[in-house]
Amino acid sequence: MGKTTAEKIFAAHLVDEPFPGTRVLRLDTVLCHEITTPIAIDDLVRRGKDRVFDAKKIKAVIDHVTPSKDSKTATQAKILRDWARRHAISDFFDIGANGVCHAIFPEKGYIRPGNTVIMGDSHTCTHGAFGAFAAGVGTTDLEVGILKGVCAFREPKTIRFNLKGKLHKGVYAKDLILHIIGRIGVNGATDRVIEFHGESIDEMSMESRMTLCNMAIEAGGTSGICMPDMTTVVYLWPFISSEFPSKEAALAEYSKWRADDDAAYETVTDIDATLVEPAVTFGYKPDQVKTVSEMAGEPVDQVYIGSCTNGRLEDLRIAAGLLKGRKIAPAVRGILSPATPKVYSDALKEGIIDIFMDAGFCVTNPTCGACLGMSNGVLAEGEVCASTTNRNFMGRMGKGGMVHLMSPATAAATAIEGKIADPRRYL
Amino acid sequence: MKKFGGPVLFLDRSDINTDEIIPAKYLTEITKEDLKPYLLEDLKLPGFDPKSSETGKCRVVVSRANFGCGSSREHAPWVFEVNDITAVIAESFARIFRQNMFNCGMAAIELSKEDIDCIFSFAGAGETVIDIDMNSCTIRAAGGGRVESFNFIISPFDKALVLAGGWVDYADSRY
Ligand code: SF4
Repeated sequence: MGKTTAEKIFAAHLVDEPFPGTRVLRLDTVLCHEITTPIAIDDLVRRGKDRVFDAKKIKAVIDHVTPSKDSKTATQAKILRDWARRHAISDFFDIGANGVCHAIFPEKGYIRPGNTVIMGDSHTCTHGAFGAFAAGVGTTDLEVGILKGVCAFREPKTIRFNLKGKLHKGVYAKDLILHIIGRIGVNGATDRVIEFHGESIDEMSMESRMTLCNMAIEAGGTSGICMPDMTTVVYLWPFISSEFPSKEAALAEYSKWRADDDAAYETVTDIDATLVEPAVTFGYKPDQVKTVSEMAGEPVDQVYIGSCTNGRLEDLRIAAGLLKGRKIAPAVRGILSPATPKVYSDALKEGIIDIFMDAGFCVTNPTCGACLGMSNGVLAEGEVCASTTNRNFMGRMGKGGMVHLMSPATAAATAIEGKIADPRRYL
Repeated sequence: MKKFGGPVLFLDRSDINTDEIIPAKYLTEITKEDLKPYLLEDLKLPGFDPKSSETGKCRVVVSRANFGCGSSREHAPWVFEVNDITAVIAESFARIFRQNMFNCGMAAIELSKEDIDCIFSFAGAGETVIDIDMNSCTIRAAGGGRVESFNFIISPFDKALVLAGGWVDYADSRY
């Protein structure tokens, strides 16, 4: 019997099985940010266990609120910063070099096929785009990860989606994942790993695969996983070229993490990618999904383009393609938050930032900011935001605010019209 | 073994998420105790008031499917803990929330839909009190002159975590 990607990774990282069904895994990478890590640090200090299992395998960033907005957030940043210095964690990103965690860590080449990755952040599933097992955990799991380099998981069950055919023009990874979440529900993948296969996945860039895997958690999934292939190798090549004689050799090595043809899945679902339309959420749950045609005309107060879901260069390019030479509606506030400094500077060089600014967007520094209602675009009671983020819970971007999740293209079209709009008419 | 139980707070909806349990804006608090006043602040449910005395008295939460979905924030179990709520009983849980509960030495217990329906039938008839026995894996619900018992299953690992008082000590002594 063949194995799924997660089963292969579990087998290769197994440290202990203290009870049937409970697997303690060795971790390749532990990622940290300033919201969930300080309490873990504080607890380790209080227990007299202020140690790290391996400073090289720990990566940390200040991203959620940066620059700090008040003394509390400044204190959180300081706790993480002091800790990183104290333990000589060299892969630590502070102001000037920092960006949204799930965008900056892959951009630095830290995530490799077959890796085990945890972080005290639910969207850690993003990194499964590289053929890794990457799971969000709470602060206690993070604390043990920092201290011992292990984490316990239940044996993974994998559900598989086969995407048949190609996505139409104007339809993106974001629309696809919203479509899937709309089908299986916010509980549809709980305690499951989601494997994505098929032609439209094979053709996707790493950026798009990250968008796809990013939202696995919105269906309850532990990790989203895409199969490592030449696209993965090419993306990682600047970081791995000294490890392999050629890209083909890297591909051969990484391919061993691909699921076997005869792997057993809990469910296998075929999706006709050609039938997927631009999608928008309408309620306070990410599975409340409609097509943009059904939602068109709903007025919005703010358009937010950014986050770990859709704040990468590819996303900015797509949105700029629609905004070029156009102005956003006068009643709309447009906010662009490039996800990392590299995204920002590349977008500057390509003239993308100019396009956004000419259209009337405000451009912020890289940060999570408004995505979780912390800073840089929090909504007032009763306001509506068209957003490329991943979560539309009540109050997420500000108490009493409503968030419609959508692709960067749909967000750009919506900014132009001041109401939810179909991007395909601008392509 | 640790006993869990006390007056019940009924939250009659599926998919209660972590932003409803503790809004993101309070994630800047540095200590667990600071979270205390904000329990379930953004949860909108008919008849539910986060500041009422019933909410203040409760020690066990009973809810429907997919409880605790959304963020990985352990602030969600903590805000329960500092309000002396140490057990949640539901049809199902989001993975990270459930693990966080056990990692903190608290209990997240799954019952079938029928059993949850049965517990909800106690709601509205005065105070309901639940006792959870982690040894025998039984729950006893009493209220309005009625008593019902339920059996639950908990993985040996989760039970070991409750026994050890959480995952940090367990892991540090073994790995
Ligand atoms: S951008 Fe939003 S979803 Fe992503 S890590 Fe930051 S707060 Fe979380």
